[in-house]
Formats: sequence, C-alpha cells, structure tokens
Amino acid sequence: MELPPYATLGQKIWHYAFLVICGLIFFFLIAPILTIIPLSFNAQNFFTFTPGMLAFEADAYSLRHYRDFFTNPNWQQALSNSVRIAPVATLISVALGTLAAVGLSQSHVPFRRAIMAILISPMIVPLIISAAGMYFFYSRLGLQGTYIGVVLAHAALGIPFVIITVTATLVGFDRSLTRASANLGAGPMRTFFKVQMPLILPGVISGGLFAFITSFDEVVVVLFVGSAGQKTLPWQMFIGLREQISPTILAVATILVVISIALLTVVELLRRRSERLRGMSPG
Amino acid sequence: MADATTGPDQFTGPTPDNAIREADRAGRTEPMVAADGTPLKRSLNRALRRQKLRALALISPLLIFILVTFVAPIADMLFRSVENQIVSETLPRTVVALEDWDGTGVPDEEVFRALAADLVVAEELKNHTRLGSRLNYEMTGMSSLMRQTGRDVDEIGEVLTDQFVELDPAWEEPATWVSLMARDGWVEDQAEWVAAAEEAEAAQDAAATPEERRALAFDEPEPTFRVSDAAQEAFPRTARIYGQFADITQTEDEDSPTEEEPWNIVYQALYEDLSAGTAQGYDGPEADLVARSEAAVSDFDAPSVRSFFVDEIDEDWADPEVWGTIQAFSSPYTAGYFLSAVDLKLTPDGIEAQDADQSIYILLFERTMFMSLTIMFSCILLGYPIAFLLSNLPMRTSNLLLILVLLPFWTSLLVRTSAWKVLLQQQGVINDILVWIGLVSDTNRLALINNQTGTIIAMTHILLPFMILPLYSVMKTIPPSYVRAAKSLGATNWTAFWRVYFPQSVPGIGAGCILVFILSIGYYITPELVGGTTGTFISNRIAYHISSSLNWGLAAALGTILLVLVLALYYLYDRIVGIDNVSLG
Repeated sequence: MELPPYATLGQKIWHYAFLVICGLIFFFLIAPILTIIPLSFNAQNFFTFTPGMLAFEADAYSLRHYRDFFTNPNWQQALSNSVRIAPVATLISVALGTLAAVGLSQSHVPFRRAIMAILISPMIVPLIISAAGMYFFYSRLGLQGTYIGVVLAHAALGIPFVIITVTATLVGFDRSLTRASANLGAGPMRTFFKVQMPLILPGVISGGLFAFITSFDEVVVVLFVGSAGQKTLPWQMFIGLREQISPTILAVATILVVISIALLTVVELLRRRSERLRGMSPG
Repeated sequence: MADATTGPDQFTGPTPDNAIREADRAGRTEPMVAADGTPLKRSLNRALRRQKLRALALISPLLIFILVTFVAPIADMLFRSVENQIVSETLPRTVVALEDWDGTGVPDEEVFRALAADLVVAEELKNHTRLGSRLNYEMTGMSSLMRQTGRDVDEIGEVLTDQFVELDPAWEEPATWVSLMARDGWVEDQAEWVAAAEEAEAAQDAAATPEERRALAFDEPEPTFRVSDAAQEAFPRTARIYGQFADITQTEDEDSPTEEEPWNIVYQALYEDLSAGTAQGYDGPEADLVARSEAAVSDFDAPSVRSFFVDEIDEDWADPEVWGTIQAFSSPYTAGYFLSAVDLKLTPDGIEAQDADQSIYILLFERTMFMSLTIMFSCILLGYPIAFLLSNLPMRTSNLLLILVLLPFWTSLLVRTSAWKVLLQQQGVINDILVWIGLVSDTNRLALINNQTGTIIAMTHILLPFMILPLYSVMKTIPPSYVRAAKSLGATNWTAFWRVYFPQSVPGIGAGCILVFILSIGYYITPELVGGTTGTFISNRIAYHISSSLNWGLAAALGTILLVLVLALYYLYDRIVGIDNVSLG
C-alpha cells in the first residue's frame, strides 16, 4: 500500500482520499460500540452526552446505572438465568458435537454430506423460523416455557459452531498418533482422552466459546421457547429497548462488550496455540 | 472442512479401502489370506464395515439430538402450514352434509340439523370459539357468529323434548336413555361400580383416622359408556349424539349418564330417527316405548331448525358466503394459509385476490427483499475498500486492523442494536452533532429511527463483518504480480484494478453478498427494535402472528416461504463457495 516515489499528484490525492475513506468506515464500525461506554457512566437518565460530560466534570459521571444493574432484581434474575442456561447448553453442544466431529473425520463415513447438512442446519435456518418451529413443536411436548426446553433449543443452535471448529482442528490431526497409541496397548477411550483430546482441545474450547456466546447472546428463540421464568439477559435488554428504555441497558452493554473483548482474546490465543500444536506433528 | 484432506483417495496410509484396491490391481489368481486364514479381501471388507459403523455410532447421538430438537420442529412448522383439521373435527356432520350443497342459496334443513348437533357438542367442549377464530382468518365476522350461536344453540329441540316428555314421562328419566342406548352389560357393570363405591364410602365412614380414610378412598372411574350396536342401527343419529353426550358427561363433567338428562338436541335427533323410520321393528330394550313414540311423532309439532338458526340466532346463517367458507375449509389440509401469505384467498368461487386493505404480504416480501438488497449493496460499498486495505497491508498492521472488524462481530447483537437506538434517536448523539455542526436546525431534527433508514443503517453495521471477512479471505489469495504485470504493460491504475484485480475478487463479493442477504432476510431483532412500522421485515410479521394474532397457520406458511427462499440461496452459496468453507473469523 505504499506510494511509489514517482506517484503523480493525482495518485497521491487518491491514495490519501482512500485512506480517509477507510478510516471513516472503521470509525463507522467501531464508534457505535465505543460511544455507549462513556454514555453508560452518565449521571443523568439521558442517552446523550450532557454538557457536564463534555466538559469532563466529575459529577456528571457516575456508576449509578451499574449499581442499578447489580441491585435491580429484574436484571439479577435475568443474569442468573443466563448463567444457568448458557453453560448447560454449551456442555451438551460440546459433548455431542465433539463426539460427532470425531466420527465425521473418520475416513469412511457413509452419507457424510447429508449428515453434515443436517448438523449445520441450525446455523443456516433463520432464527425466527427455528424459533417458530420450536415454539410449535415444544408446546406439543410440554417443553415450551420450561428450562429444559430453552437449554435444548440453545444446545441445538450451538452445535454447528462446535462441529465446524472441531472438524477444522481434526483436519490437521495426525492419525498415526492414535495408531501408535493403540499399538502401544491403549484402549480406544484411553487413546481418545490421552492422545487425541489434548491435541484438539484448543478447537474444542473455541467451539465451546462460540456455542456459549450463541446461547448467551440469543434472544429470538428464548423469547418464543422460554417463558417469564427463563428471562435471560438479552431478553431483558430486548424488553428494555422495546418498552421503557433505561440507561441501565448501556451499563449492561458495556459489561458485555468487555466480556466479548475477553472472549475474542481467548479465542485468538487458542487459535495460535492450536497452530503451534499442529506444527509439532508432521502432516 | 474434513473432506478435502481426509477423503479416501488423499489418504496415504494403508486404509482397508486402498488395500482392497491394491489387491485387485495386483490381479492375483490365488486369493491372498490374512494372518488368521480368512481371505484378505473378506477380512478387509469386514474391517471397512466396522470402521463405517464406528463412525456412525459416534455421529448418531448428535444426529438424533438434532433431528429431535431441531429438524422435527421445522417439520412440524411445515405441517402446520397446511394443517386444517379443526373444521372437519369440530363440524364432522356438517362437513359431510355440506358435500352435496351446490354453493348457491341457503343449504337445506338437513345441513342445519347436522350443524345444530355439531355445535351443541362443540359448545359443550368449548371448541366453537376456537373454530370461530380459525374461520375468522378467512372471513371476518365468523368469530362473533360462532360465539352468538354457541349461546343459543342448546335451545334447539326444546319443543320436541317437551312433546316427548308429555307423551311419556319416561323420556325424562336418564335411566330410560341408558337402558335404550347402553351396550350389553354396561348397566350391570355400572351398578357394580356404584355398589363398590358405596361400600368404600361406608368403610371410609367407619375408619378411625384420616390416614385410614385416605387409604380407603375410592378413585376408580365409572365404566366407560358405549352405545350398543342395536341402538346404533335403529337410531343412528340419536346413538351418535347420545354417545357424545355420555362421553362428555363422563370425561368433562365427571358425572354419570345415569344421573343426567340428555341435551335437547338428543330429542331432536330422536325425532329425526323416528320420522325416518329406521327404528321400525326395533326389539331391544324399551321397545314398547319406542313403538309408541314412533306412532306419535308424525303428529309432533317440529319447528324447522333452519328457521331457528336464521330467524332466532343470526341472519348471517342465511348468507351463502358463510356456508361457502365452511365448505371451502372443510378438508383436513388446506392451501389457504399459503394463499393468505401471498395475498390471495380461497373463496367458494375459487381463488381470488385478497381485499386491498388486507393485502400486505406481497408488499412485505417486496420490502424485505428491497431492504435486504439495499443492506447488501451498502455492505459491498463499505466492505470492499476495507477488505482491499486489509489484504494489501503488511500482516502485522492488517491483523491489528482486523480486530476493529472482529470486535463488532463478537459484540452482542443487542449491544450493537442498543448503541444504534441511542445514537439515532431524535435527541440522540448523531442528531446532536448535526445540530451542533449546523447541518440541521434544532427544530427539524432528522428522523433516523423507527423507519427504514434506521433499519438499514443498523443492519449494515451489524452485517458488515460478514461481508468483509469472506472478501478479505479471497483478496488475500490474489497475487500482486498480476496487477504489477498489467501496469508494466501500460495499464493505468484504474484499468489495472478494474480489468485485472476486480474480476479476481468477484468470488469474494459473491460469497459475501449471499451471506449478508441470507442473514438479513431472516432478521428479526434489529428491525423489531429500530424499524418502527415501515422498517419491519417478514420475520416481524411471523412473530406477530405467533404471539399476538395467534394465527399459527399463517405464521407457519410465511415461515415456510421464507425457509424455502433461504434454502434456495444456500444451495446457491454451496454451489459457488461450498458450505465447507464457512469460516468463523
């Protein structure tokens, strides 16, 4: 992207104009997310910068919206529901997903394409359709409005992410390691947990993180499949945004942004580690 | 994913598959044998089969899980979009009687008699309001008609009841009806049951402690009432309606047919049966009473059921359109929901266009398409320069900038939507800045939210990473030497870009476009929150029909159309890009 020394004036202008355009687009991408962070410290119930905030007066900022989040029973209920639902759904997705990914990466799998299409389908079908179908079907089974119903629905939505990340990790897996292990007398279980699992663990964890985020951030399906007793954090935010918009939402949003930055870092570190691990094994 | 590198032909190790092929290729005449003496080929085949089974065994738990928790719900939705059992289940007699109706004028007495019987049963089960709401989707006014009719329908046959009782008070006795209708042995079974219940009660009274009393409680249900074959033959209508009466009395009211006087409509049915003469020569229980009544019915004063419906209940029952609607939706499966979903309706005269004030779905589909396309083009416009920049910068810088793309991608959808809701408000940050700069005056701030603009801005922001990432991964693989070659051959910067670089980036554009388009046509949350009334998508309408209007069939039909659209696009995506190439950041 460097400008050659012989560039004409027009080329120089175009070059810098391009960089400015790109800068603006990056600004468009990132600014909305960054704007809500200072706004969440607003001492007033406003959604815009008060004159006091612009003048950086200390008493124009406060933690009252954060206090509200941590004391308001509605938000606490929502938080505890999210914390109860997402990990269980993730656990189901990861356990079943990893098992199936190991199966799918074998060299002879009949109907692999069809099976793959079915397993990926929760990611393809628009959420509103999944939500509608699950609402109809789970009401027949009596699962609509129950904790189990929401967990099963979220587990189904998280599975494609686990399948994709784990099969991608397994592509680089050197099969001679399992053969060596079997040759040295280890049973299939021992081979899996002692040899294969440690090597694909980064993929499993990042798949799990994707599944966790999917469940933790999911609102459409829980709106339909859940009832008031399963009100999760995104649900509470959704209601807050639709009905009485309160600045506490911005505090919650800021907390979620911090969480996603942390998760993004973890996934990136895992990816690097996985590449390093794969580098160790030939093939 | 796994396919490319672990397919059987790329696999270099000695798999059973390769070994078989090798054995074949060697063309030996003598079969090779494995260490245990079995022919090598068979032993290898067995190993292969075992491998396949093991793979399937590993996959099957998840496959079953997905089939139950996800595929079955989708199938259920598809089924609901055509299912229409409620009319034929609630009005079984009417549907049969209406088969011969030619669609003009008011149906004859026979149909009204059937309707009366059906509606009395439906009213007892409180099904008539559900039927009313179902038919109301097709013709407004049906819901109130059904409710009104449900209130009055139990009066039908009252005149006949009085006349039967006057003829012989035995007709008033539940016992007469039971002995006339019940299957052989039911009366004895029931008497036994009563005796057992009384015995248990006596024992309970004698019990000393409440615990004992509870242990002695008698909770066996009364023997289920069945109509006898003889009664069914002699009084087909009466037997049918009385059977339903007995069933409802036993299950819904938890009472006994031996204690309850039948509904008026049962007497109406009895009158019809006796007038029709099917009971001639009846020699079962109560034969004498039946014979006497049969002789008397010709003198009975039997008011027309049809005129009762039309004159007393609601004159709408004389409206052929009401009957046409019932007839049109009497089959257990219907295309009616799909027709409604594309602004058509099923009328007695065939398929017609929906009334102008109710035809909104085509408009909504068009709007969804138009807005998705707009969002897609905005994403190309904003995503292309970024992807170009990222792929032409040194690795270190581009990885840093990539974080700016990935952070929004990873941030909660609701966080981004709330950000836009806050920024775009009339008193929000963007309007404040515009006023401060002086671009707009304080009095006419821009309406950026609760309309199409709001949805398009917010969704472009939300979906932009889905455009940038595939574009970036394609652009990274374009070798810079082609552009250099073009330039060294005399192309200007523009020509080199447009004729050499751009065509190579088209696959990335295609992948990004389909991805963004698929995601946006099914979007629900963002349009719901920032779309107001003009910026909503078809998905918002689906949600509305599920949770507010409760027209689940229409919701399912709209969902099915959307699903087919998305799957068709995905098929395209698979052909162009390959689903296996979906990458996650």
